[in-house]
Amino acid sequence: MLTTVFYILSAITLATAFLTILTKNPIHSAIYLVICFFSIAGHYLLFNAQFLAVVHIIVYSGAIMILLLFTIMLMNLNKEDERHKSGLTIIAAVASFCLVAFVLLAAFLKSMPIIEEYYVSGEDYQSIKVLGQVLLDEKNGFMIPFEFASVLLLVSMIGAVLLSKKEEKISL
Amino acid sequence: MDSTIIIEKGIFIVIIFAITMLMAMYSTLAERKVAAWLQDRIGPNRAGKGGILQPLADGLKLFSKEEFLPDTPNKFLFVVGPAISMSVALMTSAVIPWGDKLHLFGRDIILQATDIDVSILYIFGVLSVGVYGIMIGGWASNNKFSLMSAMRAASQMISYEVAMGLSIIALLMMEGTLSLREISANQSGMHWNVFYQPIGFIIFLVCSFAETNRTPFDLAECEAELIGGYHTEYSSMRMGFYLFAEYASMFISSTILAVLYFGGYNYPGMEWAVENWGVNPANVIGIVVLFIKICFFIFFFMWVRWTIPRFRYDQLMRLGWKILIPLAIANIVVTGVVILLFDS
Repeated sequence: MLTTVFYILSAITLATAFLTILTKNPIHSAIYLVICFFSIAGHYLLFNAQFLAVVHIIVYSGAIMILLLFTIMLMNLNKEDERHKSGLTIIAAVASFCLVAFVLLAAFLKSMPIIEEYYVSGEDYQSIKVLGQVLLDEKNGFMIPFEFASVLLLVSMIGAVLLSKKEEKISL
Repeated sequence: MDSTIIIEKGIFIVIIFAITMLMAMYSTLAERKVAAWLQDRIGPNRAGKGGILQPLADGLKLFSKEEFLPDTPNKFLFVVGPAISMSVALMTSAVIPWGDKLHLFGRDIILQATDIDVSILYIFGVLSVGVYGIMIGGWASNNKFSLMSAMRAASQMISYEVAMGLSIIALLMMEGTLSLREISANQSGMHWNVFYQPIGFIIFLVCSFAETNRTPFDLAECEAELIGGYHTEYSSMRMGFYLFAEYASMFISSTILAVLYFGGYNYPGMEWAVENWGVNPANVIGIVVLFIKICFFIFFFMWVRWTIPRFRYDQLMRLGWKILIPLAIANIVVTGVVILLFDS
């Protein structure tokens, strides 16, 4: 039964992902992306990763996509606003996509699916208690990268505040 | 999976659905009655005894009205908008513990549709998705006023979600769990969180007014500026769904307030009642107590609506970003210091 759910979810994910880049209307493509995010959250749920699924929905569907939709709705994108893209941009985009795909493929081929072992041993691998220990433990956890990520977010926040200030104030 | 569990949960979900609908229906009547009471009027009293059938009459009227579609290129999204609002408003009730447990037919029935580890985060996730119903509906209406109103509603909901999340964190630091069931159980007796987290409670209360788009934060339906708000172009039961979703989410917000800060189904002397009267009567009283708390908060929502005038938009944003968020962060810091000093 889980396999059927997986196939249905994958079909939805792939279809909406393709529709996101193929539709002409920017709002429609944003909505397709939201549906895509929801089905990815469904994939997390298939792994029984409840925290990841819920946080994915809160962050991506609930915050980022709403802000994106917001911007698109207010910007009123029309056909004539769209700048003509040069061939070089397209080649660069395709090249960078191929590089990302290469890295992902290598990662998938090398990775060891450990989840089956957890299923067999019945070990708790997804509850917030375990996740909190892994993320915030100072010695053998990911405390330092976690803090660095928050510094990165702070920097981008300061950047956004700086950008939204008036022009004459920054250009001294 | 055990088939009896599926049947049990199915029946339970249907009951919760029916109760939410009933509460939302009668909230519309209660709103008009409370408004009438506060303005020294009688209120609706023609349908049934004392106006008790008024919600049915309203529903019948909405269903029988002509469905009108505006000239919009997004007919599908126009129809989907109210559907999202309504289903999101109903989804939250899945993780709320309505009572401890009942002992029926030789088995313990847990009075909660599903007990997930991260139920508070689930509620926040569902709340954040609720903005889509308004945004999509307002945009698909192809009307500038609807779009403006949808933008207002969305920016207001996103802004207040931040303060709401921060106000919850202090509570979670005290409780050490994200499960609503455990939070309810921790508040047994009179250990209600409102006594330990009064500032967090006030911030959460203000934010839930903003999240449900109720006065004094109902700028999304500011009639003098925006005609009817995001549902200007809607008619018939589609508009009914938007209005109904507002009442359903008001009921859910009241429930969350009661569960998080006012002890949920707990009442003083519950353990004594379990020992002396048995599990079932004690828990039935618990459910009734929870519903009394919920009704009080619904009344509070209405009381505020008919007492306080609407904010101006810049005042609303200043309150959210410059007052509530720093206050919530200060509350987190104070709570952390107190926990470190006295709990370890």
